[in-house]
Amino acid sequence: MAQATEKRKHVSQSYWSLVWWKFKKNKTAVAGGIILLLFYICFVGLAEFIAPYSLERRSNYTEARPQVIRFVDAQGRFHLRPFVYGLEKHIDQETRKRTFKEEPSRIYPVYFFVRREPYKLFGLFPTDIHLFGVDESDPQASIFIMGTDSNGRDYFSRILYGGRLSLMIGLIGQFLTLILGCVLGVISGYYGGATDMLVQRTTEFLNAFPDIPLFMALAAAIPKHWSPVTVYFMLTIILAFVRWGGLARQVRGLILSLREREYVLAARSAGASDSRLMFRHLLPGTMSHVIVIATLSIPGMILSETALSWLGLGLRPPLTSWGVLLQEAGTVYAIRYAPWLLWTVPFLLVTILAYNMLGDGLRDAMDPYGGR
Amino acid sequence: MVNYLLRRIGYALIMVILVSFVSFVVMELPPGDYLTQKLEQLRARGDRSAENRIEEYRVRYGLDKPFMVRYIGWVTKFVKGDFGESFEYERPVKELLGERLTMTVILAVATLIVTWVIAIPLGVYSAVHQYSLGDQIITVISFIGLGMPGFLLALIILYIAIVFLNKEVVGLFSQQYVNAPWSWGRFVDLMNHLWVPAIISAVTGTGGLVRIMRGNLLDTLGQPFVEAARARGLKNRTVVWKHAVRVAINPLIVILGSEAFPSIVTGNALVSIVLNLPTIGPLFVDSLRKLDMYMAGTCIVFFTFMLLVGNLFADLMLAWVDPRIRLD
Amino acid sequence: MSDGDTLVEVKDLKVEFDVREGIIKAVDGLSLEVKRGRTLGVIGESGCGKSMTARAILNMVPKPGKITGGEILYYRYLDGNGGPGVTEVINITQLDPDGELIRQIRGGEIGMIFQEPMSSLTPVYTAGTHINEAVTLHRLIPIRKIGDQLVETIQAHRQVSKQEAREIAIEMLRKVGIPKPEQRVDAYPHQLSGGQRQRVMIAVALSCEPKMLIADEPTTALDVSIEAQILDLMRELQETVNMAIMFITHNLGVIAEMAEEVVVMYMGKQVEQATAVDLFYNPQHPYTRALLQSIPHVGRKSRQRLASIAGMVPDPFHLPPGCVFHPRCSYFMAGKCDVLTPSWKQIAPKHWVRCLLYEEV
Repeated sequence: MAQATEKRKHVSQSYWSLVWWKFKKNKTAVAGGIILLLFYICFVGLAEFIAPYSLERRSNYTEARPQVIRFVDAQGRFHLRPFVYGLEKHIDQETRKRTFKEEPSRIYPVYFFVRREPYKLFGLFPTDIHLFGVDESDPQASIFIMGTDSNGRDYFSRILYGGRLSLMIGLIGQFLTLILGCVLGVISGYYGGATDMLVQRTTEFLNAFPDIPLFMALAAAIPKHWSPVTVYFMLTIILAFVRWGGLARQVRGLILSLREREYVLAARSAGASDSRLMFRHLLPGTMSHVIVIATLSIPGMILSETALSWLGLGLRPPLTSWGVLLQEAGTVYAIRYAPWLLWTVPFLLVTILAYNMLGDGLRDAMDPYGGR
Repeated sequence: MVNYLLRRIGYALIMVILVSFVSFVVMELPPGDYLTQKLEQLRARGDRSAENRIEEYRVRYGLDKPFMVRYIGWVTKFVKGDFGESFEYERPVKELLGERLTMTVILAVATLIVTWVIAIPLGVYSAVHQYSLGDQIITVISFIGLGMPGFLLALIILYIAIVFLNKEVVGLFSQQYVNAPWSWGRFVDLMNHLWVPAIISAVTGTGGLVRIMRGNLLDTLGQPFVEAARARGLKNRTVVWKHAVRVAINPLIVILGSEAFPSIVTGNALVSIVLNLPTIGPLFVDSLRKLDMYMAGTCIVFFTFMLLVGNLFADLMLAWVDPRIRLD
Repeated sequence: MSDGDTLVEVKDLKVEFDVREGIIKAVDGLSLEVKRGRTLGVIGESGCGKSMTARAILNMVPKPGKITGGEILYYRYLDGNGGPGVTEVINITQLDPDGELIRQIRGGEIGMIFQEPMSSLTPVYTAGTHINEAVTLHRLIPIRKIGDQLVETIQAHRQVSKQEAREIAIEMLRKVGIPKPEQRVDAYPHQLSGGQRQRVMIAVALSCEPKMLIADEPTTALDVSIEAQILDLMRELQETVNMAIMFITHNLGVIAEMAEEVVVMYMGKQVEQATAVDLFYNPQHPYTRALLQSIPHVGRKSRQRLASIAGMVPDPFHLPPGCVFHPRCSYFMAGKCDVLTPSWKQIAPKHWVRCLLYEEV
C-alpha cells in the first residue's frame, strides 16, 4: 500500500527576495552599499552639519597644514576632550614661503554640537548647530583638520560640500541616462524597422565620437557667462546625452530577445496595447540587467565630471565639486608644498570602489541560477 | 571580404566627416571665439593696438567669414593634407600634431602590450584557481585598477615620487634631454620617465581586462567541451589554454579593438596632462579651452579615426580567430 | 584476456559533494562490473549518481565533488610481443587526476562520449583537428621490423605523423557514416548537424581504439530517428572493434536495445542487476517494476491515467531512514522498510536485488 507521501512545505520565494538573499551573502557588496549610504547621508544630507565652516569662508591662514585632532599633548598629558594645536606663521627658510604650522603651546579644545553659522538642515529646518568646532572667542582659534587652501578656506568643509555635488551629479546624470536609454531602447527594440534604424544610427554616431573628447568639447561649449547653476544642469545633461547610447543598445538587445517570448504573445492576444506591452511587460523584464549596468556606470559619470571640472571645463566656482578641488591640488607645486589638498582623492576612490563592489554584487545576485 | 572592407572604410569615412562637422558646430556654440579671448588677454596686458592686430588675425584666419564657408574651406584643405593653422601656436596643425604623433602612438602601443601581457595570464590564473588566495588578491587589485581612473593614479604616483622619492617625474625627458638629438643617454632618460605612464596603464588597464578574462573563462570552463577535452586525456594545461582560453578570449579581442585601444589613446590624454607628456592629449585640451578651432577639430577627427580603426581591426581579428563569425 | 573477463570493476564507490549546506552523497556505495566486449546498461532517474560514476571511472569528478570511498579497478592488459600478455590492475581512485597514467587511460584506453553533441566539441576546432589531437596523443604506430627469425616484431612505437593523422581522421569519419568525409574533416562543429556531431564524437573516441567506451546519455539530446541511427552505429562498431560499452541512460527502450546486462540505480546505489531480458520480464525491485509500469504503451485506454512513481526524489540532506526508497514504494512494509537498510542479495544466477522483500529478518 502506498504510503501517503510526506508533504514537504515548500516556501516559494519571489525573484526579488531571492536576489536580496543572495545579495546579503556577498559581504563586499553589502559593505559597498553601506559605505555609499553613509556617504550620501553625510555628504548630501548633512554636509552643513558636519562641516565646521562654510564653503567660502576665507581666513588668513592660507595653505595651512592640517590641525590634527589629538588626545595627548606635547607634555604627555592625556586630555579627555580632544583638542587641536593653534596655527602659527612660519617662514620657510629655503623657499621663503609663508606657511602655517601647528604650535603646541596653544591648545584649543574641540567642542561638539556647537552653534556657528546658521543654515537650513536638508534645506528645510533652520538651525545653527554643527557637529564640532572650537571656541571662537579667541580670534586665532581654528580647526582645519585637513588644512586650508591658498585662500585660507577649510579644506575639510570644502570636501564635504564638494562631495555633495560630485555624488549628486553622478546619480542625477545616471538617472537621466536611464530614462533616455530605457525609453529609446524599448521603443527601438519593440518596433524595429525604421524607428530602430534611426535610433541605432544615432547611437552608432554617438559611439563613434570618442567619449572624453566629446565631453570636453560639449563642456567647453557652455558659455562662460552662464550662471553656475545652469552650468551644473547643462553638465548633467551633457553627461546623460553622451552615455545613453550604450544603455539604449543594451536594452534594445534585451528587448529583442524577450519580444518573442510566449508571455508577450499571451499579453498581446489578451488585448494589451503596444505601450502597455512595452512598459508593463517587456521593460520590467530587463530591469535586473539595467540596474546592474546603471549602477556600474555611475562611477564613470562621477569621474567624467571630476575630470572635466579638474580641467576647468566643468563646474565653475562658486560651485564646487571634487573635480574643482582637484584643480588646485593637481599641480606639482601643490603636491610638494600642500599635499593635504590631495585629501579629495581617497574620498573619490572609496566612492568608486564602493559603487563597483555594489554593482558587482548586484550582478551576481540578479543571476540566481549562476552559482558557485 | 573585399566588399566588406570597402563598406566598412566607406562607412568610417562618412562617420569621420559627420563627426568633424558636428565638432565644428560644437565649437561654434560658445559666444565669441579664439580671438575674443585673445583680445581680452591683450587688453589686460595693456596692449593698445590690440584691436587692429586682432582684425588682421581675423581676416587671416578667415574668422570673419560665415561658418559653412570656414568649414568647407577646412574640409577641402584637409583632404589635401593641410589641416589648418593653430591660432595659439601660429603654426600648421599638421606640424604640431606630427611632432607629438610618434610619442602618442608609442605610448599607446606600449600600453596595449603591457596591459595584455599582464592581464591575460592573471585572468586565466584567477579563473583556474577560483577562490584561492591568489585569486582573491588578484581580484582586489583588479577592483582597484578598475575603479581608479588614470589621472588620479597619476596624481598619486606623482605624490609618492615627489614626497617620498624626491623625484620629479613629469614629462618624458629631463631638462637637458628635451630637445637633444637621440643618444643612448636620451634613451635611458626616456626609460627612466616612461615607467610612470607604463605603470599607470598597467594598473588601470589590466583591472577591467582581468575581470573580464576571469569571468569569460569561468563561463567557458563550465561548458561541456572542456570536460570532453579532459576526458580525452589532455593535460590540464592543454585543456585550459588550447581549448578553454582559445574560446574564452574571443570577446576580449572585440574589447581590444572597440574599447581598449581607443580608451588608451584618449585616456592617456588625461594622464598626459597630469604628467605633462608630449602627446596629443594636452594639446587637445588646451585647444578646447582656447577655442583653437582647427587644432581642436583635427584632434577630434584624429581620435574618431583611431576609434573607427580600432573597431574595424577588432572585427577583423575576431572573424579571423573565431570560425563561427562570418563577415557580411 | 578474453571476452567476458572483467575490465573495470567498481567496488563500493562513494562520491561526495561538500557544499555549504552540507554533504551530498552522489554515489553511496555502488558496485558494478564492466566486462570486455560486453555492454552494461546503467539506468536511473536524474540525480541518481550514474553520471558521477562515469566520471569517477575516469577520475574526473568535478569540484567540489570527491571520491571518498571504495575502489575502481582497471584490469589493463598489456600485449606481449607475440607472447602471452600481462594484466596489470590499476586502482583508478588512487591515481593523480592530472597524472600521466590516468591521462594515458583517458581517451586511449577508456573513452567517453557525452550527452550534448552541440557543445561537446570545441567550437573553434574542426572535426579533423579533434581526431588529430586525440590520435597524436594516444595512438602509437608500432614500428615493425623483421627480426632474427624473419618474424615481424614490434620494436618500438612512434607517434603518428600529420599526414597519417589526417588519413586516420577521414577514415574514422567514414566509418561512423559521415558522407564525404574528405570534406567534412575540415568542418567546424557549428557547420554540422546534431547527429553528425555525435558521430564525430564517436569517431574521436574510437580513433584511439579504446578498450571501453563510456556513453553518458549519448542520444538523449537527439531526435528519435537519429537516435536509432546512432545506436545502430554503436552496435556495429562494438562488434568490429570488440569494445566494452557502459551505456548510461534514463531511457528504458534504449537500454533494452543496447545492453546485455543492466544495473538499476537509485540515490547513489545499485538496487537491481540482471540481464536485460531478465530485468524486463522479471523485475524484482519495486523501483524497477514501477519504472517499467510507467512506460506508456500502445493500446492503453485513453482514459487511463499514466502510471507514475508517487512522491519525489528525496532531499539529499534529509534522507529517509532505513531503505531510501520506502516513501515511494508500493510494497512498503511498516516497521521494516523505514528502519532497516536492505543489502545486496543474489536471488537467481545473474540476478541481484537490494530490497527487504527478499531478505529474511
